[in-house]
Amino acid sequence: MESMIYFNNVTKKYKDNMSLEDVTFSITQGEFVSIVGHSGAGKTTLTKLILAEEAPTEGTVFFESTNIHKLSNRDLTNFRRKVGTVFQDFRLLPNRTAYENIAFAMEATGKEDSEIMEDVPHVLELVDLTNRAFHYPHQLSGGEKQRLAIARAIITSPELIIADEPTGNLDPVNATEVVNILKKINDLGTTIILTTHNKAVIDQIKKRVITLENGRIIRDEKEGKYMI
Amino acid sequence: MLTHTKRIIRSGYHNFIRSGVTSIASILIMIVTLFVITSLIFIQVALHSSLDSIKDKVDVTVYFVQDTNESDIKDVESALEKLPEVKSIVYTSAEDALNQFKEKHSNDYLTLQALDELNSNPLGATLNIKAKDPSQYESISKYFENDNALSKGSLTIIDKIDYHQNKIVIDRLNAIIAGAQKLGLAVSLMLILISIIITFNTIRLIIYMSREEINVMRLVGASNKYVQGPFVVSGILVGIAASVVTIILFIPISIWLGNQMTDFIGINLFSYYKANFFQLFIIMLVSGIFLGAISSFLAIIRYIKK
Repeated sequence: MESMIYFNNVTKKYKDNMSLEDVTFSITQGEFVSIVGHSGAGKTTLTKLILAEEAPTEGTVFFESTNIHKLSNRDLTNFRRKVGTVFQDFRLLPNRTAYENIAFAMEATGKEDSEIMEDVPHVLELVDLTNRAFHYPHQLSGGEKQRLAIARAIITSPELIIADEPTGNLDPVNATEVVNILKKINDLGTTIILTTHNKAVIDQIKKRVITLENGRIIRDEKEGKYMI
Repeated sequence: MLTHTKRIIRSGYHNFIRSGVTSIASILIMIVTLFVITSLIFIQVALHSSLDSIKDKVDVTVYFVQDTNESDIKDVESALEKLPEVKSIVYTSAEDALNQFKEKHSNDYLTLQALDELNSNPLGATLNIKAKDPSQYESISKYFENDNALSKGSLTIIDKIDYHQNKIVIDRLNAIIAGAQKLGLAVSLMLILISIIITFNTIRLIIYMSREEINVMRLVGASNKYVQGPFVVSGILVGIAASVVTIILFIPISIWLGNQMTDFIGINLFSYYKANFFQLFIIMLVSGIFLGAISSFLAIIRYIKK
């Protein structure tokens, strides 16, 4: 199978600080890959490179055979529409209701109003937030915010979802729920990259695990467990 | 394209309304800027009006020797009227001059008695000349020194011209007027510049607070224009709100100034405000919208050019 994401000898330095060192791996369509490691192991840097928020110091990152760090501004916008993102700190738009946060992603990609009005309630139902649709982020609990972030990530039917420590701010019950939603999305065919340092989460997923230590890949297992 | 524009405007409106305190803060700063601009317009008007009333008090009087024929004086008057610098000429005959003198000293018994002793009118006729501009008095007075300009022998009927007595005052006044106008313009421009910089920085700071939000919008797949648009719309709304508040604020201010300052500066600022209300509102509206839009536009560029 052709790889969706390919890291080719990627190194990322922040000033003199080595964050990723000579990292090479590939992820194919439909995979659920967990990236684990201590804080500072380079997990977040890795996701930032995939999202083209940062450029690599050396090496190249490919998404479906295109070098994403060579994209023009417009192509970058189009690329980002193929990728859904979920973060530890939720990154919701504070001045918009749950409904509007999801609708924004569709509006930004130029979807019709009729389509938005049809799809948003559907996704809200999927993450069990129907009765919170008109609440602002600050009126939602941590678990609800993360479910909202996931709803926003999947509304545009992306090919890939990147979840950077999505359970980091959640209690075990909410964390389990978020992982279950992500698994459900993966079952429907969306590729998922999840970073975490939560052992319980990895053991629950039972899929491929890449372990990072000091910016290097030290382990890459098909059905991995959390071992550091 | 139309749905895009509609969404940007709606989104900008929501941003503006829901940002609450932040929007109020930028409106307040913008009010200060518009307040400065409007005040400076007022000050310019007051300055011009008071300078005009001072200018109006300056004149040159030509005194004729006693018993000069009225027709000779009229000849001089019509010759003067042809000069481009002359704004108006008032002729006062010897009798009128005496009556005015008597009236002026009606409480001064001693002077009146002395006048009576003379048995004849000691005063000559006068021509009071006003120039269009104070700087032109010199050329008018030179005109008299230049004999060939007037009918022959006119110099013999002129007793004196009080220009030289007034010259120092007139010169000084000219210097003050020119200086005041230059200084006023320089101070105005500087104050406007300062308040524009403050407004710009405030809006920059507010957008700096939204940088995470901008980042999120981009991650979700919004194009640069779609990220920038709502902020520019919010900036425009700030400008509109601030100009409406400022124009209302100036109603009581101009009424108060009209009551207090009219005698001093020679113009009722409230009447001026009423007469130019629409024009002033447009100035404020355009400055507010322009400033709000440009500040937002420029402030956001650094967050989307990555």
